[in-house]
Amino acid sequence: MSDAPKNGRGNGGPRVGVYVCHCGSNIAGMVDVAEVARWAGEGLPGVVVARDYKFMCSSLGQEMIEEDIRQQKLDRVVVAACSPHLHEKTFRRACANAGLNPFLFQMANIREHVSWCSEEKGPATDKARATLAGAVRRVAHQRALEPMAVKVNPATLVVGGGIAGIQAALELADAGLPVTLVEREPSIGGHMAQFDKTFPTLDCAACILTPRMSEVGQHENVTLLSYAEVEEVKGSIGDFTVTIRRKARYVKEDACTGCGVCIEKCPQSVVDDVYEAGLGYRKAIYRPFPQAVPKYPVIDTACCTYFKSGKCKACQIFCTPGAVDFEQRDETVELHVGNIILATGYELFDCTRIPQYGYGRLANVFTSLEFERLCNAAGPTTGKIVLRDGVTEPKRVAVVHCVGSRDTRHHEYCSAVCCMSALKFGHLILEKTKAEVWSFYIDMRPLHKGYEEFYHRLLKEGMHFVRGRVAEVTDAARLPGEEGKLIVQYEDTLLGRQRRLPVDMVLLMGALEPRADAKANALKFGLSCSMDGWLTERHPKLDPVATMTDGVFIAGACQGPKDIPDSVAQGAAAAARVHGMISRGQVLIEPVVAQIDEEHCSGCRVCNTMCPFNAIEYVAAETVSRINPAMCKGCGTCVAACPAGVITGNHFDNTQVFSEIEGVLWDAAV
Amino acid sequence: MAYGYYPGCSLEHSAAAYDDSTRAVARAMGVDLVELDDWNCCGATEYIALSRTGAYALIGRNLALAEAQLAGKNGGGKAVLAAPCSACFLNLSKAEHYVESHPDLADQMNEALAAGGLHHTPGTVEVRHLVEVLVTDVGLEAIRARVKRPLHALRVAPYYGCLLTRPQIPGHTMDEAEYPSFLDDLLRALGAEVVDFPLKTHCCGGHMTQISADTSNALLHRLLKSAAEYRADLVATVCPMCQLNLDAYQSQVNRAYGTDFDLPILYFTQLMGLAFGLDAAALGLGKEIVSAERALAKVGVERPAPPPAPARPAGRRKGDKSLPMPRRKAHHGRARTS
Amino acid sequence: MHQTAPRGTFLAEVMEQTPGGEALQTCLQCGTCGGSCPSGPDMDHTPRSVFALVAAGEREAVLKSNTPWYCVSCYYCMVRCPQEIPVTDVMYTLRRMSASAGAHENGDVADFSRTFIDLVERYGRSFELELAARYHLTHSPLKKMSQGPLAIGMVLKDRLSFRPKRIRDLAGFKAVLAKAKAIEKRLVARSRGEGH
Repeated sequence: MSDAPKNGRGNGGPRVGVYVCHCGSNIAGMVDVAEVARWAGEGLPGVVVARDYKFMCSSLGQEMIEEDIRQQKLDRVVVAACSPHLHEKTFRRACANAGLNPFLFQMANIREHVSWCSEEKGPATDKARATLAGAVRRVAHQRALEPMAVKVNPATLVVGGGIAGIQAALELADAGLPVTLVEREPSIGGHMAQFDKTFPTLDCAACILTPRMSEVGQHENVTLLSYAEVEEVKGSIGDFTVTIRRKARYVKEDACTGCGVCIEKCPQSVVDDVYEAGLGYRKAIYRPFPQAVPKYPVIDTACCTYFKSGKCKACQIFCTPGAVDFEQRDETVELHVGNIILATGYELFDCTRIPQYGYGRLANVFTSLEFERLCNAAGPTTGKIVLRDGVTEPKRVAVVHCVGSRDTRHHEYCSAVCCMSALKFGHLILEKTKAEVWSFYIDMRPLHKGYEEFYHRLLKEGMHFVRGRVAEVTDAARLPGEEGKLIVQYEDTLLGRQRRLPVDMVLLMGALEPRADAKANALKFGLSCSMDGWLTERHPKLDPVATMTDGVFIAGACQGPKDIPDSVAQGAAAAARVHGMISRGQVLIEPVVAQIDEEHCSGCRVCNTMCPFNAIEYVAAETVSRINPAMCKGCGTCVAACPAGVITGNHFDNTQVFSEIEGVLWDAAV
Repeated sequence: MAYGYYPGCSLEHSAAAYDDSTRAVARAMGVDLVELDDWNCCGATEYIALSRTGAYALIGRNLALAEAQLAGKNGGGKAVLAAPCSACFLNLSKAEHYVESHPDLADQMNEALAAGGLHHTPGTVEVRHLVEVLVTDVGLEAIRARVKRPLHALRVAPYYGCLLTRPQIPGHTMDEAEYPSFLDDLLRALGAEVVDFPLKTHCCGGHMTQISADTSNALLHRLLKSAAEYRADLVATVCPMCQLNLDAYQSQVNRAYGTDFDLPILYFTQLMGLAFGLDAAALGLGKEIVSAERALAKVGVERPAPPPAPARPAGRRKGDKSLPMPRRKAHHGRARTS
Repeated sequence: MHQTAPRGTFLAEVMEQTPGGEALQTCLQCGTCGGSCPSGPDMDHTPRSVFALVAAGEREAVLKSNTPWYCVSCYYCMVRCPQEIPVTDVMYTLRRMSASAGAHENGDVADFSRTFIDLVERYGRSFELELAARYHLTHSPLKKMSQGPLAIGMVLKDRLSFRPKRIRDLAGFKAVLAKAKAIEKRLVARSRGEGH
């Protein structure tokens, strides 16, 4: 319980300025604003000036407030207008300009909360009076607060070395800032490194990606930790402590020259499920692809003969610089960074979950990633488009859209890139083979720059298009011409007829999915995921790269399915936000945080587990809990939960809240 | 555990072989089947064509009887009603699921049942198909242990039909709508060589034999053709409608398509009984229109042991250009239960 | 899901008479149902096309269509529909509407169901011999002749019963069905926006 704080102007009580906004007819059309202002001036405690004005948020309106603060020596200001979401900042700034602490300002919402939800003027005006009275009573108990400044460590952590992560890292590094890029696989590059060509320009993916990859590998400001994963994140914006596990490569990076003899001599060959999408092979000691950055190979202990039975060691025997080291262990590294950018990418839908398409059972049904490897000159067939026998060229290929996407049984969302990929595949097949290509779609979605034109190009190149979602892919021949073929059965919805098309090869455009460990990963960084599993952005329209956790940003497909240009844009956007904060050198934390009265804290720790932002720590040495104001979001959960009632929420303490209630009930019978 | 038994109209006469073989096999396996007293027709796919409330009332009467007669039979557990006919199974289980999830349907059904002094509380009866009861509750190991005359040398095409695996009612233990394998596994447990023909859940046409001979012939023809192409000696079914269509109308299909299919269609319970060494007549064998005699002569004939698999060289063979098949595990067609 | 088609429209009527039918308003017209249907090639409108007609209010075209009658209840459409529309159940609703309107050109097909039901209502169980006899004799006596060899075969194998089986509590059974008829009438009227 406290009285109104001293205002330092020699008077006993507060001197409140009240401003009631017309907002054109938005408020004035339903509320008698002039009357409300008059009533406030005459009857509400502490009010020394009360005005109504057409548009308080205008410069004239703001100047009016500033003038009054100076002339009338106001020490509290209340504006009755729209929602604080819109103009609280505006009026706080006006107060600050006139030398009044911005937290001695309160807004009363008489637009969204009164005018826009009322049907009659009388009751609306009454409600406006009550709302205003609440604000005036409350503001008297508000205290001056100062935002906290937290220094920002200029180092940044980027998690994920795909195109989005690479872009973010290079933008910061080029600006002269230190960046650590952590990548789980032995090489950076992500999914883009697996592609053959990119739409709509048909640029070779590797040709446009590898220069960026080299830059990252060689940049003086980038520390590349590949074959590594983040284990733990502590701290808050400006000052994070991150623990990273560097997995043992069993190759000494300072000795390895990247000559590749070890790979050549390794006798153990296994199916490469990651880079070759299960379509090709690699050795037990391997580099994911020739242009890998870094160039150092890695030993897969699950299939290495030495690790399984103690024999072989061919790689070590043939390694001239003696870089193979079977005794290597995982290493833990601790980093201090000011900001984190997550660019962890996506996974492809498991097409065996739709058995009627035959993937996994019928040999010549392929996924989009498998097909990328097929087309790629560095792939398992040196770029020849052939069937699973590795030899036969298809004469007719069916491309099935929306496999796992736009399907309430799997993913309700559209994966954004598959229509364009399908067109791209069509083009590649038409260019490299004599095959016919048939696309089966529900809708064609070539949305961005150059995309519709690409669709037209394929129409001219003779790709066939059927509007009809494929019902099933089967090898059970029924009609003449179907023997020995895969048959695609569908309804051509534009003709309104069921049809069957015999083909040699079927490509499934599988959905993009969040990584299997996206949710677990999100928790590590203090983020949340949507129902679909994508990382949640701060605002889907206006703030797609920031998150609700200050200092942690997201970029690329981990935020939602998107193509390369959008991933690059988001990587750059995230880097720009981080750069901005580093330039300022410090961030101001809103002082609307909770505080624990440590003298009276019993150390029961109920608040520790309640905090959704992990902002409360237990200090064992002093047997008290302590809130980190940089991480506190002012949600009030701990304030309500504390059994002893020793936690206060700044700017929302009990006195302030109760006085607002009393103000609202100004005319209630006592 | 006592199971309520709902034979369905077909098993009374036209599919008596299914009823006979079911009871014989149940006895042999120690499965206690108690026929529902005074059960009525489930309405097949006919009643729902004229009246939804009537169809639910018709089915509801059976559910009410099951609830009343089977309550407490399983020590407080749910009443379990086993149905050998896929259509009856689907009607009963789907209705039970719908009245559980749509209270207004339940009210309408009970309003009608009340006129006959009956009531059914949704969710109190678990309806299961006979084959699923055998595979899940009895188990393949127990079945395999009972086999006295393994069905070696017999190539059997497992025909699931539609209504056993679709639509996917939550709580079904079978979650494979497109490529199930439990019937394959059961037949394998009997020692048979199971033919994995791709149309094993495609439709036999149901009552289309009465509506349009052309459509019905087309559907039956493709099933018979596929099974024959895969050199099946006989087809094992789980539904009297499928059996009737494939069996009794086989000659009609032959006439329409100029084919000469001679593929016996038996019930999986008949095959189980044979493998258990039970008497053929008691299993209703001989009642099939397309005789199974020739095929069944193979039972007991030992198949030569397959040659030992060649030692696999590590890695790939030189010159082998083929691409590896995908290896990921799947949840085949699991429907979302919302 | 809440169904939002205006009261009294054909779409609203169909959705209301089908359990889970509200999903019909989310149809994307993707064609999976039409592509999966085993009897699709013999239908005058594919299932998808029928839903477009329903949404467009083309009542007569839908009720005249043979589509609901050619549905074989295989449920492929229903397990594959990406919007989880209960397609087969919608077909049953359309059968009911078509039968009660007497709209389908080939009245035969509804008669098969009517005959079946008549027998079930009389005996409590179905009776194939009488069903086949009544249906085929009244609709296609010639066809009856061609079914002869089939019938003889069934008789020889003792698979055709000459006597119907009756349930014991026929009286109670009939009372239940009579009440169900009254309830159905009430529900259909309500779905058409008639009365309250």
